[in-house]
Amino acid sequence: MLSIKNLHASVEGTPILKGIDLEVKAGEIHAIMGPNGSGKSTLASVLAGREEYEVTEGSVSFKGRDLLELSPEDRAREGLFLAFQYPVEIPGVSSTNFLRTAVNQVREYRGQEPLDAVKFLSLMKEKMKLVEMDQKLLSRSLNEGFSGGEKKRNEIFQLAMLEPTLSILDETDSGLDIDALRVVANGVNQLKSPNNATVVVTHYQRLLDHIIPDFVHVIFEGRIVKSGPKELALELEEKGYDWIKDEVAGHTV
Amino acid sequence: MSKDNQILEQFTSKEYEHGWSVDYEADESATGLNEDIIKWISAKKEEPLWLLEWRLKAYRSWEAMTEPEWANVHYPKLDFQSIKYYSAPKQDAKPKSLDEVDPELLQIYERLGISLKEQKKLQGIAVDVVLDSVSVGTTFKESLSKLGIIFCSFSEAVNEHPELVKKYLGSVVPYTDNYYAALNSAVFSDGSFCYIPKGVRCPMELSTYFRINAANTGQFERTLIIAEDDSYVSYLEGCTAPQRDEHQLHAAVVEIYAAKNAEVKYSTVQNWFPGDKEGKGGIYNFVTKRGICAGDYAKISWTQVETGSAITWKYPSCILKGDHSIGEFYSVAVTNNYQQADTGTKMIHIGKNTKSRIVSKGISAGKSQNSYRGQVQVMKRSSNAVNFSQCDSLLMGNQCGAHTFPYIDIQNPSAKVEHEATTSKIGEDQIFYCNQRGIATEDAVALIVNGYAKEVLNQLPMEFAVEAQKLLALTLEGSVG
Repeated sequence: MLSIKNLHASVEGTPILKGIDLEVKAGEIHAIMGPNGSGKSTLASVLAGREEYEVTEGSVSFKGRDLLELSPEDRAREGLFLAFQYPVEIPGVSSTNFLRTAVNQVREYRGQEPLDAVKFLSLMKEKMKLVEMDQKLLSRSLNEGFSGGEKKRNEIFQLAMLEPTLSILDETDSGLDIDALRVVANGVNQLKSPNNATVVVTHYQRLLDHIIPDFVHVIFEGRIVKSGPKELALELEEKGYDWIKDEVAGHTV
Repeated sequence: MSKDNQILEQFTSKEYEHGWSVDYEADESATGLNEDIIKWISAKKEEPLWLLEWRLKAYRSWEAMTEPEWANVHYPKLDFQSIKYYSAPKQDAKPKSLDEVDPELLQIYERLGISLKEQKKLQGIAVDVVLDSVSVGTTFKESLSKLGIIFCSFSEAVNEHPELVKKYLGSVVPYTDNYYAALNSAVFSDGSFCYIPKGVRCPMELSTYFRINAANTGQFERTLIIAEDDSYVSYLEGCTAPQRDEHQLHAAVVEIYAAKNAEVKYSTVQNWFPGDKEGKGGIYNFVTKRGICAGDYAKISWTQVETGSAITWKYPSCILKGDHSIGEFYSVAVTNNYQQADTGTKMIHIGKNTKSRIVSKGISAGKSQNSYRGQVQVMKRSSNAVNFSQCDSLLMGNQCGAHTFPYIDIQNPSAKVEHEATTSKIGEDQIFYCNQRGIATEDAVALIVNGYAKEVLNQLPMEFAVEAQKLLALTLEGSVG
């Protein structure tokens, strides 16, 4: 589904990603871990098409298409979803209105009829249950005055509404208490299917107690320096990131 | 930021959709302004002598005035002697009803999406249409007159209801008020007149549609709305003009009189030609609008969506004379390219327990300048006056400007006055967030801008709100890529 080869990217001339290779197949959950500043969130942003990141080398194919050729909105319409680390606020625009615009633009791109108000509302009701979303939040301005937990929950709710093939969760666990974490993880797990895949970007292991990854990758200084099964996450939790740094240093010396 | 600049450049590719004009035979005054021209206009309109005298007094006081320069707008001085003050489509005889109006003229309005046929009733809107200097027709006159409502062109009102016109004309905006009001009083050619009798709730929206067609002509219309005790009316005003290289002057006056417990809602969607991308052409929109809540518990509410005009100079105001009277001003002003807007309101609290509310949302894009100018005045005898003002500015790109000039003058210590102001930028983050959910950039901007202006748009009657939303998106179209 997603194939990243030798991806290099920089911000304002500073290289951040220095040769990422990653294969994600349908039905898989991948965790991307690493110390602060290693390039985890940059990878998520580059995949979503954020303008300020410049891809300098390498390729990314998504469902057989050249992802890097697509505009951010077309990437989304093709089924790539990014749950933001810091979801933005849009005053005066209700979540409902926002999502209806989004869902119908995606449907239009896929040659489907737009959903009418009734069908849309019943779809919302169904998906709200997944993340135990309070209906009141949906008539309020998007993310405005939402607590940290509500914002993250809203991201997963949007994910449920848009039914992407590839979901990237960028530090979705940051700022969540344990109950909210469980709700969010629960939502993600219920949305899992053999046809879609999830990439979880996180600094801590704790989210991975709830969303069990098939593979764990460690990014350090813009490269994936170690990959392994879910146990790797536990090892990182126990030993921290220093031994990885040492290992990398050992290789290069 | 490079993206912002890119966004900005693409933003300015929008074209004005009402820029066409139609050739018809016109009855025009000579160019320039003097007492003879005013006499000519008055004779043309077969006016009574008192009105001609009033015009001449206005002209003389205008001659003694100087053009105001305090507004935050810049333009070369106008040459008032190069303007034609009257232009009307030639018609053989005065049409008695819409059926007799030249179909070619009606077509102009069809093309603008305004049906003058009575089927329009389905939408519950009665329309008076003003083309250049004259009213070409008013719909639903008969059904409204059964309720005692008078809705007709100003000229007709002068002839058929002279006592009302004489009593109220200039009572809210005297000709000595300001430079453009004086000019309008001297040369105004037509406009709409509306009278709602005591206790009547007008069952449909009344509206006037102004269209400038002729070149080198100014449009000077006058609207007078009188709402007697316990009455209600909602009034809409729309305007467009052809795309021309030279600037054209539009100096209108609107007067509203609200008696005891009367409510008048006045909504404007102003879409005069704004000039092209380089700032060439466009309408100078120098307008005086004022209402008086003369009786206790009266309420006047102004809502405006200003998207057009090269320069806008406009401060719809309320004089809150009656005790417990209420004044409201809701405004969205959008400027793009080289447009300049200096707009706001005045709330004059005279009566006791009077309330006013100001919500102003400015949106600036391109190289435009957008100023809010508002005055809240609480007079000595106005105890317990309450005002709330909120002035927000939204900037798109980094070549435009937003300014706020609030004036507050409180002479009674019991007054409660609040003023809030914010300035924000449409964030790249917001647009990217929308993109990431599959929303195209143009639609993202429309969504964000409409969300920002929502509080004001909500004040508009339904049909108008939808139009206004589209217009906002259209004005900003092409600005973000």
